[in-house]
Amino acid sequence: MSHADMVPEAANAPKSPPPEVNAGSGEAELQRQRIRAAYLFLLPMLVMLALVAAWPLFRSIAFSFTDASANTIFNGESEWVGFDNYVERSVRSNGEVRWRGVLVDGDWWNAVWNTVRFSLVSVGLELVLGMLVALVLNAEFKGRGLVRAAILIPWAIPTVVSARMWGWMLNDQFGVINYMMMGVGLIDRPIAWTASSDTAMIAVLIVDVWKTTPFMALLILAGLQMVPRDMYEAAKIDGIHPVKVFFKVTLPLIRPAILVAVIFRALDALRIFDLIYLLTPQSDSTVTMSVLSYRELQQFGDYGEGSTMSTLLFLIITGFVLLYLKIGRVDLAGDKG
Amino acid sequence: MQQVWWKTALFYAGVVLIVVIAVYPFYYAVITSLESGTALFTPNFLPEMITFQNYVNVLTQGAFVRSIGNSILIAGVTVCFALLLAVTASYALSRVRFRGRGLLLMTILGVSMFPQIAVLSGLYELVNLLGLYNTPWALVLSYTIFTLPFTVWVLTTFMRDLPIEIEEAAIVDGASPWVIITQVFLPLLWPALVTTGLLAFIGAWNEFLFALTFTISETQRTVPVAIALLSGASQQEIPWGSIMAASVIVTVPLIVLVLIFQRKIVAGLTAGGVKG
Amino acid sequence: MTKSIRAASLRSTTAFAITLAGLGTVAAAEEITVVSGAVGNAIEEFDRIVAPWEERTGHTAVLVPMPASTTDQFGQYRLWLAAGNGDIDLYQTDVIWAPQLAEHFVDLSEAAADVIDDHFPSIIESQTVEGKLVAMPIYTDAPALYYRTDMLEKYGFDAPPETWEELTSMAQTIQEGERNDGNGEFWGFVFQGNSYEGLTCNALEWVKSYGGGQIVEADGTISINNEQAVAALEQAASWVGTIAPDGVVSYQEEEARGVWQTGNAAFMRNWPYAYSLGNGEDSAVAGLFDVTTLPTGGEGSAATLGGWNIAVSQYGDNIDIATDLAMYLASEEAQKMRALNSTNLPTIQSLYSDPEIAEQQPIIPRWEEVFLSAVPRPSAPTQEDYNEVSTAFFSAVHSVLTGEEDAATALEDLELDLEDILE
Repeated sequence: MSHADMVPEAANAPKSPPPEVNAGSGEAELQRQRIRAAYLFLLPMLVMLALVAAWPLFRSIAFSFTDASANTIFNGESEWVGFDNYVERSVRSNGEVRWRGVLVDGDWWNAVWNTVRFSLVSVGLELVLGMLVALVLNAEFKGRGLVRAAILIPWAIPTVVSARMWGWMLNDQFGVINYMMMGVGLIDRPIAWTASSDTAMIAVLIVDVWKTTPFMALLILAGLQMVPRDMYEAAKIDGIHPVKVFFKVTLPLIRPAILVAVIFRALDALRIFDLIYLLTPQSDSTVTMSVLSYRELQQFGDYGEGSTMSTLLFLIITGFVLLYLKIGRVDLAGDKG
Repeated sequence: MQQVWWKTALFYAGVVLIVVIAVYPFYYAVITSLESGTALFTPNFLPEMITFQNYVNVLTQGAFVRSIGNSILIAGVTVCFALLLAVTASYALSRVRFRGRGLLLMTILGVSMFPQIAVLSGLYELVNLLGLYNTPWALVLSYTIFTLPFTVWVLTTFMRDLPIEIEEAAIVDGASPWVIITQVFLPLLWPALVTTGLLAFIGAWNEFLFALTFTISETQRTVPVAIALLSGASQQEIPWGSIMAASVIVTVPLIVLVLIFQRKIVAGLTAGGVKG
Repeated sequence: MTKSIRAASLRSTTAFAITLAGLGTVAAAEEITVVSGAVGNAIEEFDRIVAPWEERTGHTAVLVPMPASTTDQFGQYRLWLAAGNGDIDLYQTDVIWAPQLAEHFVDLSEAAADVIDDHFPSIIESQTVEGKLVAMPIYTDAPALYYRTDMLEKYGFDAPPETWEELTSMAQTIQEGERNDGNGEFWGFVFQGNSYEGLTCNALEWVKSYGGGQIVEADGTISINNEQAVAALEQAASWVGTIAPDGVVSYQEEEARGVWQTGNAAFMRNWPYAYSLGNGEDSAVAGLFDVTTLPTGGEGSAATLGGWNIAVSQYGDNIDIATDLAMYLASEEAQKMRALNSTNLPTIQSLYSDPEIAEQQPIIPRWEEVFLSAVPRPSAPTQEDYNEVSTAFFSAVHSVLTGEEDAATALEDLELDLEDILE
């Protein structure tokens, strides 16, 4: 399921384990020293992160076990309800048993499916396109500085604006996209892109791919830039076909860059909110987990249920990341050297 | 060399295609920013009219110019801060072996796994508690929640891949970890540093929800909020021309930034043979 | 001797100075902060309106502009109020917010006792929660039917449609005629069909005018699952793709105005703002249209009540001064300025016959008629659940418009959802 399957298992990928100290008490001492330095180096970052994130994250999880509402989040008057926000059995006055809670809510599972589907397709497309763009930008040609700046424009325009801009461009009556497609005869009547449930998701995908491919491209480009030139030279002299060079040499070397790019894109894609919120009517065909959660928290003021959704989203993302790391055989701890 | 000729042509065709797709919507924004009234509602490829009124409106309305300054300051400080913390931390995470590294990396990533809206009320309390409400520091602080995990992860991954030999050589020379980071690794990491910095900068530059919640004076607003504050003559009217003009204006500093730093993006391992 | 006299006089001078200072504190110029969605040259206009008040009292009023998106505003205000934010004294609130935020606002019924009868009773009622007047109305809003006078004439209709059926058939005739004349992009009717609060407004008008009630009645009964409501929604669903573009289910106000103002629609349901814009110099329909009350489904015309109010936060430092400012902002003087400067509809009935307004803003007296058929959204009976109720309602209606569900099933399900929300 993960995009890692697009990254061939590179047996010949050079693994660079951290410097290992094998023998000798002097070297053991050195290793201890290094670990001390490491803790010292880690400390400021961890303190900062704990300061900013610990309380908000803890609260969000804690609220999911309470009946907190907009009026009680600051005065502590909300009550503990256990797992009722997740799933709760209730008996109606007529004796009918009803299951309630986020986990048995059809809308929630629909949103989960929308989000996952969206994330897989968008991150997949962005990876392929981002790689192509990065390869182009990695080549030497005149004016590539300008091209590189131009590529970044989609990522640079605030989503608030680009979503509206695309909404306008995709409009069925005065949108330029329909105008162009009709002009070249691709379609014979305008498509209401964001309105119809068949095309709304496609519209979102188009805009998201347009907007975030630069992010992917730039990270992969950084990876490519760190591949030493002489490796290509060597391959060239050996007369290996460029496509083969790409798969056998380049790809394994830029795997780390792809890894982080995909992880952070997937994180954003799974949490996608503003684009969907601004571009499409929030109908069943496009609504995502974050949109539902936003609605509960910001519009309905139901912090219990909204936090439950956020917590579930957190768990789902964690699951995906772990799965991705496993399938991609990523050695996070770097222990296997 | 006919083959080479068509290859080059194909390559440049690819470049042109990429640029057109990336830039066309921006071009569309530029056209729209030059129009007003009913002309906004008609599709076209060249501006039907040219008026700079939208630009005048944006630049004179409220504290728009000020908000660009605020955004540059906030995004700049956030990124410098995040890079500083991340460089040392990622050295520890990538080059020194200790127990629980994998778990630590996952925890750091976990911070970025909640939807923004879910952490909003908690951050609001924190900002108030620290007395940062309605100051740029409230945003610098809250933006680290998404910039720091990103910079740490990217730099850790890139640093992990640097060859072992150069570090060993430095250790033999008796270099301290700090010297290894600043003298040996940083020069090699320029592409990653600049790229990460740019991406994080843009992330902070475009953030809307925190900026809206944690600032209240017009003089403290950032760019996305200032754009959202542009309004038509009535509740329902959306001032397209002005919004597009504002978007064009705020994209320019970012393009300049890329042009300044783009040499660094490719200035990495120019001298080969470091790796493997 | 001289020394003591001097000391005494010094003392009395000091005492005088202290008295002065004391007086100074009483009348010290306070700063009152008003938060409001930014509209137009919000700050300039605000400054102009509060100038007389500032002069009279010596205090200053500062506007904190917010993005025009009402959902953004609402979430933000609720967070600030829940946290007891003391930086903001006055909130400009949407007509549907009062019941949801009531507990954070000061009761204005005493301060407003003398003027309360000047305002339209239905608006005052919409801002009253369990006997507490939580906000003073400062201007109101109600939609109307925009129609092309030239088209009506061309196709031989002598009056705008009175019922939705008439509208449907007239729109059909005009659309076919115009398309045969070569305008392939011409549509009969545009409205707001996106899945958002605006659809609640549109659909409430359809349902109410068919005699299908107001979703949730004033006494809390859920009334939406009835035959008239089904008929109303079926009628509306039949427009999509026939007399209204397919894309109408993603339209908000601006998209509808876009089609209308480029001359590509015969009828439009919209708010008063489209009137002056439609008569702008570069508008394709300038001088070619007029407005009337929305058609009826047989049980009278209905227009959803919009509009804005001003509420005093409990958490401000200067509640009395803030209340005074709120009363001023809702006063006849301020409402008249707003009507003259920005065509905002007054909530004070007598202003509709004000000669100055009639002369400078002829559209305002015309809206009195629309306004008399205004219906409130069910924010009072649903209280803090209003947003959830409204979301359930517009989602259901949207699924009917897009054809995903038939009206009868959608409303049946909606009834169950509403029971769950409101129990």
